[in-house]
Amino acid sequence: MAVNAKTLNETEFFYGHKACAGCGGSLAVRIALKVLGENSFAVLPAGCMSAVGFNFPQLCFGNNAIISTFAGTASMLTGVEAGLRAQGITDFHAVGFAGDGGTADIGLQALSGAIDRNDDILYICYDNEAYMNTGIQKSSLTPFGARTTTTPAGKNIHGNLRPKKNMFEIVAAHGIPYAATASVGYLNDFMRKVEKAKSIKGTKYIHILAPCPTGWGIKTNETVEAAKEVVDCGLWYLAEYENGEFTLNHRPKEFSSVESYLKKQSRFRHLTDNDIEIITASRDKKWEYINKNFR
Amino acid sequence: MAKKFLSGNEAFAYGIRLARPQVISAYPITPQTIVVEKLSEFVEDGSLKAEFIHVESEHSALSCAMGASSVGARAFTATSSQGLLYMAEGLPYAAGGRFPIVMMNANRSTALPWNIYGDQRDSISQLDSGWIQAYAENAQEALDLALMSFYIAEHKKVSTPFMANLDGFVLTHTYEVADVPSQQQADEFLPAFETENKMSLDTPKNLGFSAGPDTNTYFKYKEHIGILNVKEVVREAEERFEKVFGRHYTGLTESYRTEDADYILITLGSISGLVREVVDKLRNQGRKAGLLRIRYLRPFPNEEIADALKNAKAAAVLEKDISFGNEGTVYTNVNSALQKAGISIPVSDYIGGLGGKNISAEEIEGIFSSIAKEKTVVEFLGIGGEDSGG
Amino acid sequence: MKPFLREKVPSGIDDIPNVTAYEAGYLVTKNSGWRNFRPVIDTQKCVGCLSCYLHCPDGVIFRKDGKVAIDYDFCKGCGICEKICRPGAIVMEAEK
Repeated sequence: MAVNAKTLNETEFFYGHKACAGCGGSLAVRIALKVLGENSFAVLPAGCMSAVGFNFPQLCFGNNAIISTFAGTASMLTGVEAGLRAQGITDFHAVGFAGDGGTADIGLQALSGAIDRNDDILYICYDNEAYMNTGIQKSSLTPFGARTTTTPAGKNIHGNLRPKKNMFEIVAAHGIPYAATASVGYLNDFMRKVEKAKSIKGTKYIHILAPCPTGWGIKTNETVEAAKEVVDCGLWYLAEYENGEFTLNHRPKEFSSVESYLKKQSRFRHLTDNDIEIITASRDKKWEYINKNFR
Repeated sequence: MAKKFLSGNEAFAYGIRLARPQVISAYPITPQTIVVEKLSEFVEDGSLKAEFIHVESEHSALSCAMGASSVGARAFTATSSQGLLYMAEGLPYAAGGRFPIVMMNANRSTALPWNIYGDQRDSISQLDSGWIQAYAENAQEALDLALMSFYIAEHKKVSTPFMANLDGFVLTHTYEVADVPSQQQADEFLPAFETENKMSLDTPKNLGFSAGPDTNTYFKYKEHIGILNVKEVVREAEERFEKVFGRHYTGLTESYRTEDADYILITLGSISGLVREVVDKLRNQGRKAGLLRIRYLRPFPNEEIADALKNAKAAAVLEKDISFGNEGTVYTNVNSALQKAGISIPVSDYIGGLGGKNISAEEIEGIFSSIAKEKTVVEFLGIGGEDSGG
Repeated sequence: MKPFLREKVPSGIDDIPNVTAYEAGYLVTKNSGWRNFRPVIDTQKCVGCLSCYLHCPDGVIFRKDGKVAIDYDFCKGCGICEKICRPGAIVMEAEK
């Protein structure tokens, strides 16, 4: 039976944490753990989710969980998985939750190593598009044009100059058994992907877009809406990579307005019409590629 | 028990095999490489049942070992020099997490300038990381230390990671005859790893958390007590070791002819063999020389050093290390031990063997002659003091 | 296991563990003080679709008698539930 709100494990494993109200990252972690269940061993690097969940004596994971070094999510997961297996324990899920900086920047080497070894782990990147825990600095997953505290928007430079790194396809290029993109705006799709990852041996990677009201400049109640809209306007997409093939899971009949998505967020409010044209053109180019290469 | 002709690296690898680690994470670096090559052969031929993880960096090597230890698996890794520095973030992490990982470090110079040969600036630069640090003198001690390190690190009173140091090339690549104990003996000596400091399905735990200003000092204090407990546990381990294997070790230090010595040279690692020969030669000449070999730099053998030097007229430290802008770190530590014990004798510092530079018997004799002048100097061997050039 | 509030707050040197490992899901503080608005459920309008339960970042909405209820000890009042509720069964009321 498909996992959905009605069939989902009712136990909460990530509870009482100190994440900002409306935090998309905490929603991704919470839902993933509910799908994975009580036999999860979670590894979280220094970052938002560890900062809000592990303040002794307020410890917010009901399952086994540990903080890794910032760069060491995947390598610690490898050790956890190997350590348990070496003791004959097999009924568990080793899962990592790292942010965009912890994944695409400082943790990329370790993640690549783990995929190369095909370690039996699930790595979930909750992507809120900047170093939010340290106060909204640019990461390599910050999108073009976004204002962060290290890519200020002024007369000369309109925020971040570089596009978002394509983590999904970088991971897929390793020949990983399973990779997927997701969004907290489409939780049924995310839950299905976590459920699927559960049953696959080897390395699994899920990249979930998870808005941060604080960093994006949206209201705390707009997290899910923004995460839905980013998919609907085509700036993010829901896809899977399996057996060497890419599959698109959701094709908007017609893209909603890119401008409308961007202008709701204070991090994009400074963008000019020209900037929005650049973003729209890069979306169209991406979708041309997707249409050609994804099933 | 079987006699084998082994390099220091190989001897250590045999010791590790006997200790039955469950997870080995390894990344190659000269001159450590042979120990992990050997272990991979043991895994391949089935004589060692361990998960051998080919990590992509030293940072990951230690991170992986911490992951394994965090679920109660016995973990081993090895590194050297730049590799040790690359994993430096993980060193206090593993110590603070109280993960009793064992790591062999092949002592090697650190860049720049690049140099692959032995000195001890790599490990000594990490002296404050919270790891137990031991220094082997020869292949046999390396093998024995590999076995004993797990006993000490995993002891309930300790639960602290253990760095076993072997001088690069001089020890790691030099062949000697060593006794390799049987697996049965090793199992008799070393119990299986048991800890409550782990995540498990029976009792889920949250590990590696933050502790704010209110409790942080308590955690750090307990970490300090844990490593101080090594002093007592080393004795226990060595007594047990002697019972099983018949070989005797002497705790945090080893004294050689120090009882009635006027002049004592303090050093560590593989150079000790040559110092011992020089001591014998000087003794034959009627000069009361002695050697104090430091086996453990952390915890630091304050009492042992004070005890060995209490009747000496003067002493010197010979070390392959320099804390730039000050003096050798071993020297600083030795002086602190003496000061605390109220021993006021001239102690000099000789910094030698940097980047693998040979230290000759003549130079060691020269040091003893200088000690006999009962003056305090800090000198680079072969150069002199700070006013000697440059 | 769901993390829950405990009475004992380990604070002294003898209370804290010797290692950085502790019982999973050990809570000693609530989050209710963060809230300016509280979501209130109109069980007459609630159709039990569980969308609010699914989308709550804090997991404070739980299933009850075919509908839902809220753990106000840990609700931060983000308002996602109100926004996502199609039948309009949740309203945000100002905390007094």
